[in-house]
Amino acid sequence: MSKIAIIGAGPAGIETATVLARQHDVLLFEKENAPLCNIRNKALLFPDFTSADELANNMMRQLEHPRITTYCDTDITDLRKAQNSWQLTDAKGNQYEADYVVLSTGYQIFDAHKKEELGYGIYPGIITSIDLEKMIKEGKITNSIGDAPKSVTFLQCVGSRDEKSGNHYCSKVCCVTAVKQAIEVRKMLPNTTAYVFYMDLRMWGQGFEEMYRTAQEQYGVNFVRGRISEAAATYDQRVQLKAEDTLMGLPLNMTTDLLVLMVGMCASEGTDRLAHAAGIAGKYNFAQSVSEHLKDNLTEQEGLFLAGSCKRPMSIQDTIQDARAAAITILEQIA
Amino acid sequence: MVPHIITTSGILLISSLLKTVCIFREKKGVKTINISYVCSLSFLKLQIMGKRYWNDYQKAIAKDHFFYERSCIRQTFFPGSEAAFLNILRNDLGLDIYDSSHQHTCTGIGYHTDVVPFETTMTIVARLFSLMTEKGYENYVPSCVTSFGIFTEMLEKWEENPALLEQARELLHKATGRTFKLPKNIAHPSDIIFSYRNELKEKMKYQLVNRFTGKPLRVVEHIGCHYAKIFPKHGVGNAEFPYVLAGMIEAWGGEVVDYPERRHCCGFGFRQYLVQENRGYSVANSRKKFESMEPYEPDFIVANCPGCAMFLDKWQYTIAEMEHKTYDKEGYGIPVLTYEEMAGLLLGYDPWVLGLQLHQVQCESLLNKIGIQYNPNEKYKGYDGKILPLPGKPSVLKV
Repeated sequence: MSKIAIIGAGPAGIETATVLARQHDVLLFEKENAPLCNIRNKALLFPDFTSADELANNMMRQLEHPRITTYCDTDITDLRKAQNSWQLTDAKGNQYEADYVVLSTGYQIFDAHKKEELGYGIYPGIITSIDLEKMIKEGKITNSIGDAPKSVTFLQCVGSRDEKSGNHYCSKVCCVTAVKQAIEVRKMLPNTTAYVFYMDLRMWGQGFEEMYRTAQEQYGVNFVRGRISEAAATYDQRVQLKAEDTLMGLPLNMTTDLLVLMVGMCASEGTDRLAHAAGIAGKYNFAQSVSEHLKDNLTEQEGLFLAGSCKRPMSIQDTIQDARAAAITILEQIA
Repeated sequence: MVPHIITTSGILLISSLLKTVCIFREKKGVKTINISYVCSLSFLKLQIMGKRYWNDYQKAIAKDHFFYERSCIRQTFFPGSEAAFLNILRNDLGLDIYDSSHQHTCTGIGYHTDVVPFETTMTIVARLFSLMTEKGYENYVPSCVTSFGIFTEMLEKWEENPALLEQARELLHKATGRTFKLPKNIAHPSDIIFSYRNELKEKMKYQLVNRFTGKPLRVVEHIGCHYAKIFPKHGVGNAEFPYVLAGMIEAWGGEVVDYPERRHCCGFGFRQYLVQENRGYSVANSRKKFESMEPYEPDFIVANCPGCAMFLDKWQYTIAEMEHKTYDKEGYGIPVLTYEEMAGLLLGYDPWVLGLQLHQVQCESLLNKIGIQYNPNEKYKGYDGKILPLPGKPSVLKV
């Protein structure tokens, strides 16, 4: 029996822990005060509108295992290879030892403040997809003065596929999330108009394309191909947008009550820090696996494994599958 | 000179603009806002710019020993501004700034309209740098924002492609036999005033405060496109929310007005006005800004670009003639100042020496609000002591 440390108690960390705990002792570290914070912030999950809380509760039940010890409020800040083990140090200076380590430190959302032209944090009425998700969860979507918005506009690819912010990659989940959120807005506020500005809609997963079609046909969501170049507050506290409709080939000026920035996924601080400490930092500060095809859970460091979105943007479904793959890889290594 | 009326271009524009005006009128109904709702907001947050985080970025600005390059057009548009800048630096701040009599155009307007080829502009810039080198200066200060954009662009191109720098040296040497060093620092005069805003505040006689209400004056700041939109790193506070004028306004007691079209072009865009038939675009852009700022009731506009200040000032007359529309309650228009004029007024410079009487929108209402002393009888007094011929009056805009 080995002792395995898993850093990060999101869906990747919990799923890996659950599989490994059948045969080994698991130490699961979480820097927040509870596991699954990112999922807990969501209301419903694409593409089938599963309750995020229901998924989180099911995963929490998986943690009720005698071989899993969970340490919350424990931010692992350093990771070093000793002769036959790994030494972990947390922010308070406590040290832990394990035979194997799994990095499941996940992602963090792109800081929309960096896109100054879009006015997040400057003007009221401009929020992120995470902010909207919280509103949906609380059952009340409001504009900057607390009223139900008459129009909600979504902007895709904020901090993704964007040379200005330095993130050239696609975050994968924003397209379908906007479609899901636009449907939820229309369900909650039937008199509200929804617009989605996109570069191209990447409906790559099962059920995504159907959801996109439903959004248009059943919920009347307006999809506009183009980018918003500038957002500003109007005198009556609405949001003025300047954009280009690239299908029409025309500039566009419009006002909306709520602008939702679909923020992309970046390497989390923990991923960045620990990937660099262990010498496995890859592009954009995500952790680098040995090979994306056959050895995607292995790293160049013996005994250090990867699971989930610490490698690249992933959906929750893909994260859970990747976590199981990571657990099987570790079991094969130990055997 | 008839300063109160644009005698030619404004009238010639009317026919070309009729179509544009009709389009705006059609749109007006769509854009109408709920007045009762707006009033209930009671000026919720005029100073949205209080949430600044973008001013974390501050460019390097030299503190002393400047080589000044004058603008082609500013001395015509705002004849007192460049002199005021030199006086402020020399007399109020005790700094060294050299004003060469051998300078010439930077080619900016010609360059941006494809009239002047790149190699020519590069050589012209090289010659101006050679004047600076010859006098032993290293800190270059171009008066005009377009010149500032030209110089930063050439420096950027030379850094990225050293072969172009060698070509510029060769062309300059062949043409004039001169050589040059690259400046160690390049700053726009508004950068320098900004960097000394607190020191200047200590010397100021007035503040940007309405003496009748005791409230800060509401100021619209407009930044020239070529200041930071080409190279954000060369602007104080970056490109989207440059802090260079906002910093002065706040330091001197005023309140910055943010409005939806704050970042929109003033209408000076070279291709919009160089061809007379296109000038409708120029007025349309300025009009879009005025319509957007009007509900905030600004006390005045300040700009750091010669074209911006000129067009935002003069087009108010044109729009008034075309539409019988002014953008203040009293019908006088919104005064437009350069940043040197703003600083000079607060330091106690005579408004008529600053050249404010040569503006289209007259500034007495603003002077009265601040409490600035001036002699109305000397408004049109020339340097020889004689009163100049009085200007004609516009039919709509009050003066």
